[in-house]
Amino acid sequence: MSQKNPCTEGDCRTPTSQRPQVVPAPEAGDAIGSMIAVTIDDHRIKVPLGTTILEAARQLGIHIPTLCHHDDLCVAGVCRVCVVEVEGQRTLQASCAYPITQPIVIRTHTRKVRQARRHIIDLLLSEHSGECYSCFRNNNCELQSLAKEYGVDFFRFGHPEKPLYKVDRSSYSVVRDMNKCVLCRRCVRTCIDVQEVGALEAVGRGNRTTISTYLDKPLGDVVCINCGQCINRCPTGALRANDPTDEVWAAIDDPTKHVVIQTAPSPRAAIGEEFGIEPGVPMTWEMNTALRRCGFDKVFDTNFTADLTIIEEGTELIVRLYKNLVQGDASRPLPQFTSCSPGWVKYIEHFYPEYLPHVSTCKSPQQMFGSLIKTWYARMNDLDPANIVSVALMPCSAKKFECNRPEMCDSGCKDVDYGLTTRELAQMIREAGIHLPEMPKSDFDDPFGTASGSGVIFGVTGGVMEAALRSVIEFVSGKKVESFYEHADIIPVRGFEGCRYVELHIPEEVGPVPELIAHLVPDWNWIKGATLKVGVAHGTANARKVMEDIKAGGKFSECHFIEFMACPGGCLGGGGQPIPTSPAIRQARARAIYQEDAAYGKAGKARKSHENPAVLRLYSEFLTDGPCGHRAHKLLHTHYTPRGKWIG
Amino acid sequence: MTIRNDMTLASIQTNAGLTAALKMDRAGVIGAIRSSGMKGRGGAGFPTGVKWNLAAAAQGAVKYVVCNADEGEPGTFKDRVILSEWPDLVFEGMTIAAYAIGAAEGILYLRGEYTYLRQGLENCLARRRQANLLGQRIQGKDGFCFDVRIHMGCGAYVCGEETALIESLEGHRGEARNRPPFPVNTGFQGAPTIVNNVETFAWAAAICAKGADWFKAIGTEKSTGPKMLSVSGDVTRPGVYEFPMGTTLREVLKAAGGENAKAVVIGGASGYCVPAEQFSRAISYEDMATGGAVIVFGPDRDMLEAAENFLEFFADESCGQCTPCRIGNVRLLEGVRMLQRGECSTKYLHELCALGQTMQIASKCGLGQSSPNAFLSIVKHFRHEILGRTPASAEA
Repeated sequence: MSQKNPCTEGDCRTPTSQRPQVVPAPEAGDAIGSMIAVTIDDHRIKVPLGTTILEAARQLGIHIPTLCHHDDLCVAGVCRVCVVEVEGQRTLQASCAYPITQPIVIRTHTRKVRQARRHIIDLLLSEHSGECYSCFRNNNCELQSLAKEYGVDFFRFGHPEKPLYKVDRSSYSVVRDMNKCVLCRRCVRTCIDVQEVGALEAVGRGNRTTISTYLDKPLGDVVCINCGQCINRCPTGALRANDPTDEVWAAIDDPTKHVVIQTAPSPRAAIGEEFGIEPGVPMTWEMNTALRRCGFDKVFDTNFTADLTIIEEGTELIVRLYKNLVQGDASRPLPQFTSCSPGWVKYIEHFYPEYLPHVSTCKSPQQMFGSLIKTWYARMNDLDPANIVSVALMPCSAKKFECNRPEMCDSGCKDVDYGLTTRELAQMIREAGIHLPEMPKSDFDDPFGTASGSGVIFGVTGGVMEAALRSVIEFVSGKKVESFYEHADIIPVRGFEGCRYVELHIPEEVGPVPELIAHLVPDWNWIKGATLKVGVAHGTANARKVMEDIKAGGKFSECHFIEFMACPGGCLGGGGQPIPTSPAIRQARARAIYQEDAAYGKAGKARKSHENPAVLRLYSEFLTDGPCGHRAHKLLHTHYTPRGKWIG
Repeated sequence: MTIRNDMTLASIQTNAGLTAALKMDRAGVIGAIRSSGMKGRGGAGFPTGVKWNLAAAAQGAVKYVVCNADEGEPGTFKDRVILSEWPDLVFEGMTIAAYAIGAAEGILYLRGEYTYLRQGLENCLARRRQANLLGQRIQGKDGFCFDVRIHMGCGAYVCGEETALIESLEGHRGEARNRPPFPVNTGFQGAPTIVNNVETFAWAAAICAKGADWFKAIGTEKSTGPKMLSVSGDVTRPGVYEFPMGTTLREVLKAAGGENAKAVVIGGASGYCVPAEQFSRAISYEDMATGGAVIVFGPDRDMLEAAENFLEFFADESCGQCTPCRIGNVRLLEGVRMLQRGECSTKYLHELCALGQTMQIASKCGLGQSSPNAFLSIVKHFRHEILGRTPASAEA
């Protein structure tokens, strides 16, 4: 299940200077010399050839401090905090980067090692401008932890008296404060290896080295997809999301404003981590109560529009398939790409603008909700849309950019006013004096209250695909999806493999076209017995692989539908989620999401988007010309900007 | 003319070494280099024959020979003289190395400031191609093809470090790689690569021409052969000298006219300071290893100023990758300036020396590991001179 580290997959683009040197392992696992006996602090262990000292020490339960090392990334070996003594060597070795190729004796906390680490931490602090108590990473900062671990009680080599760099707030999503940067280059490696964007790079040399953008332009003006993965991996407070909590509090405090919040499925699977709960414990119902106590007037479930997205996007897919394959209309190209990840949307706008016609025109669930709140909901409750403040709780920093796109004003005002990350909401909850895990449980508010399990799994890679397939299979076959997949779990599209290709067979026996979309296709005869080819990719580095495969005419070019998520693991690994992140943490969050989906089934609630009664009500009362109809198009669909790599 | 005494390399007949080498088998060439006992002339002193042997034994269909002509160490200029006067010997040495390890491509990484040498070197390469000393079936030897291209550096000192040089060759920022493994296994484009200094290649050609025993007879038991030195500073006859390994510093100073020096910094900015009372020490790998820089400080020189100069250089030239070197050099430089103002307590000086020791063992590459050497040795040998400064406040 685990995601592979890019540098072991052989397609890493980080310079070799920031990679561990790969030691080829003997082909036979039991070959002589394939296992090496090493001694670490008098403990002996046998490890496969090429294992790093750090990995071997971890297997023994020996703690070696690290800073530039991250489980998701290539080994840089630059901070030197993890140095250890290897017997017979004059210099200390960075344990994260040292591959074991022969029996060696290692000591992890000799006087030399302790002094060197202490010096390195002191040096970092001598350049790290920032007071812990005014930093959002206070109590969750790796540099702070190291200082504590090594008993730093004064600034041995001084401390900056004032900041050197101007804070870059140009981006809607990511704020860069280079005064706090320790040059570990995790952000650089994340941006190029995990995301294939390359917005950040080390420039300058010596003590003038900084992490910079192209020509040192503000982040808002360069090719950045706003995914915030760099924030999740920054050990300090040098990178953070653009925080609108002050504005949200001001709206809550303003009696003339009606403040509603929609909450996406991923934050609830992770917000517990902000309150000391282990990863993988969902806090959905406790969070609803907390939000009301914070002062939000209504708490809605983004899963409602996730379900709506499935109806709209699924309908679009069916229409595309029909027009393209049956009527030969090439203006509706296949495969259709999902559009719910704003990081992915910006990625394709920049890197593959020629493929924008493939992207579903559906807005993301956040933006669909935004336009419905300020139209349908406002009308039902006799509210002036101008007095509604619509807040979205998202696992995502790119959502902040998305809600500020000029085209996202279809309701007549800004559809979504503020995007909050999971971290920022946790901060608001703390500020309100609430300890989240102790909250009583409460449900979402009507009229959007009920969601389906399919909406929940939008948070995990493959989830949108699974949700869409559940509905498409039922639409076409006229039978319950459970008759094809046990518990309606479409396991083939699940998992953490970076790029997944799956073939599904449409049954020979088809049912009647459901009434909801009966005006769009005459029957199912054209699709019966066909093989539906679908793809899933998460992390834009993987998205790039799929796109290059499509360009080269590979198997993904034959797909009908491909789900793309900008972040590793999908939304649950989003750039607005609690820090830290790692493959293990993301898997725990995924478990929480799948459990919640399964719980819908056990509770007898809808697990498929088209069964969501609130969605059906919306179509009968408001979007009366049906999915992809005129009004749906105005409110729920959008268009894209071919940006290319032009930099303003 | 900067050449100050008789140069052995001038007496080596061009291509005699290559002709002799091609008569031997590959193991024979490596054996000759090994038995000559030559160690790398760049300063680190790794036995050249061992390096070649490792590269020859390394797995890989493609291998590379890289000549490190990024002579950026302050106070070093002997490679410039070799490249100007005897470029044939350098390319010949590279060709011999290619034959020995089985490489078909060689790259000369030329210091950016030496751009003016490039045309001469290209002409030399063209002549050698014409004479079938490069190209296909060199000198009629079946299956032996080799050619050399020149790659220009861009003025970064760190690119003289072999793995940073390789990064630069690949088009990346010049930054040292993690090791092990070493370039002999995983070098340029991931292929086995030997990186040797200009002088090393020239001597390799000489060894093949005149025999390992001739080379071994010069110098000391552990430091064989002649060594070229770049002598600069407070001497009457600065320039490039050649001495047998094991020559004392006093002899060098006598030849160059710097007998009244109070200190010598040997090995350039990354070297260390030797005070007058130690001038009987010998230039050799077992005593004072050096890439060839001998910077002489006359009686009136301020050693603290020297330390400041060196540290300014390193604070600027650190690649900025690893913490000890990037920040450490800046803190040491600030410390020197505090000493100059008479504001550095002995306690803090002690702390800075400990920091210097950390930099020597915890930095990622040779640059950071050697950058505090000059500072530490100046503090050690000239403690009284540097501690006696008057604070500005006391002068009034």
